[in-house]
Amino acid sequence: MASVTIRNAVKSYGAMQVLHGVSLEAHDGEFVVLVGPSGCGKSTLLRMIAGLETITDGQIAIGERVVNELEPKERDIAMVFQSYALYPHMTVRDNMAFSLKLSRRSKAEIAVEVNRAAEILALAPLLERYPRQLSGGQRQRVAMGRAIVRNPAVFLFDEPLSNLDAKLRVQMRGEIKSLHARLNSTMIYVTHDQMEAMTMADRIVVMRSGKIEQIGTPLDIYDNPANSFVASFIGSPSMNLIEGTVEDRGAQVVLRDRAGVEWTLPARARAHIGRDVTLGVRPEHVAITEGASNARIDNIEPTGADTHVQVDVGSNIVTLVRHERLDLPVGAEISVRNDPDRSMLFCPSSGERLT
Amino acid sequence: MTTRSRSRLSLALDILNHGGLLIVALIFLFPFFWMVSNAVRSNAEVLAIPVRILPNAFEWDNFAKAWTQLPFGRFFLNSLFISTSVTIITVIVSCLSGYAFARLKFPGREALLMAYLGTLMVPAIMLIIPLFLIVNSLGMVNTFQGVILPVAFGTFGAFLMRQFFLSIPMELEEAARIDGASRLRILLSIIVPLSMPAIGLLSLFTFIGQWNNFLWPLIVMTGSENATLPVGLTYFQTQAGTQWNFIMAGAALSMLPGIVLAILLQKLIYSSIALNAGMGGR
Repeated sequence: MASVTIRNAVKSYGAMQVLHGVSLEAHDGEFVVLVGPSGCGKSTLLRMIAGLETITDGQIAIGERVVNELEPKERDIAMVFQSYALYPHMTVRDNMAFSLKLSRRSKAEIAVEVNRAAEILALAPLLERYPRQLSGGQRQRVAMGRAIVRNPAVFLFDEPLSNLDAKLRVQMRGEIKSLHARLNSTMIYVTHDQMEAMTMADRIVVMRSGKIEQIGTPLDIYDNPANSFVASFIGSPSMNLIEGTVEDRGAQVVLRDRAGVEWTLPARARAHIGRDVTLGVRPEHVAITEGASNARIDNIEPTGADTHVQVDVGSNIVTLVRHERLDLPVGAEISVRNDPDRSMLFCPSSGERLT
Repeated sequence: MTTRSRSRLSLALDILNHGGLLIVALIFLFPFFWMVSNAVRSNAEVLAIPVRILPNAFEWDNFAKAWTQLPFGRFFLNSLFISTSVTIITVIVSCLSGYAFARLKFPGREALLMAYLGTLMVPAIMLIIPLFLIVNSLGMVNTFQGVILPVAFGTFGAFLMRQFFLSIPMELEEAARIDGASRLRILLSIIVPLSMPAIGLLSLFTFIGQWNNFLWPLIVMTGSENATLPVGLTYFQTQAGTQWNFIMAGAALSMLPGIVLAILLQKLIYSSIALNAGMGGR
């Protein structure tokens, strides 16, 4: 076990810089998830930790040891790839034993380690099979088994669940979490799926365009996003973002959007009266209320437990989530309002959080 | 169109297809048949007019006579040694250089590859005299190394292996690097086992190419004790006349190892292709 410390890591390919001075510390035993849209540099950062990419500038340390110049095998890490990267010509047992054979461990020792990992991952009946004879989920487990046998200081996961179907993904999510609880190793996990990030992470690192936008616990990031990008990226359905001007209505402060619809703001928004802002409201903080209609239902998506409703409010499409069945037709006129205490304001140009 | 008339049409097309393939197959097989047919008749009958498709009398002992009249066993072993050696060296050199061109990053790699490939454009026949001069100056005339070494370092194999290596997912190598494998270990334990289709193909081409190679062994091997099979067959052409039936019998015998190898390697090539189906990822 070891911490991973990244100090001002820069990665350039020729003249193109893809990581712009990233700093991050994954504590000993922590499960850190790097999340962000495609091309944000999260996989590159992970590969730099693994030693598969060189570090243009800055420093990466695993434990007390700076690993910039070390080969992957010298870093005491294991990595699980998106494509599993199992050796197709080797059985599950040989796949898992390969690294131990290379480190010249005795046959008895290898057998003990492989059997231990196989037991943890319920792979024992599959040890003599070839990767082509396994299902996607089983292959994924073998890839994890290959990582476990090495007993590394740090586990790295590069979008390991992307090739699995939805049900299996949820199952494997649970398995990786319980593996973490069992091994208590430092794990760094890359995904573009914010749901994976929310459900698995001790801390989430949200990245965009080669920079870290925010680091925090899943609920902290959900409740207090640092900017409108994080706010809209984390959470499904996404946060509603409505542009308008903050206006004073005596006892109330409101946001008047481009179509003239007024949204109640928290009292702390008073500091921004007269300013153009972006209002952020999570779908579960928009309610259907009694009163004069101000919205028309555009689309209804029943998910079973919840109902997602898209409503047309002036010029904005606003999504709201009801934890119940909704007996309304598309096109119905309804009244919606936001919960002012749970509403946030962002700067429309920089995206930064204002309140 | 009714189902019945459609199935009749597809049956007619099937017959047409198979008939066409059968004719092409017969055209290709005819020289082999002709070789064997001439191998089992007397030399007089080989030259007799009108030409007969099948011999009047089958002389099966022509094979044994051809084998014993000249030191065919020796020729056979010479050919086997030379072809096997060239094949082994070619596969090793092609794997190493193909891997370097596919995966190692070094300055001037592309230029070097182009220069390497450029040599494919020089006709082999043009190189015969310079190569002989080199072999001669090294004192290797009439030696096995003189026949083997100049032809064992071809560029085609390197190019073939490079192209195949490029198709192997990079992540397998990265996984092996993290597992602690060196470059050479990755090549031996991961890349080579996954490249068996290409290695099988290269081995087959190289072996058969060398097995049939006539000109280079003819030039380098001056003594009959070191002659290869194709060169040895020419010894049936003497001033007293040509023993066509023995040449044909010898040629038929000399084809056997190539056929056996092709059948063996074909299995290997197909099994490896099936194996690679499990390599999948994204």
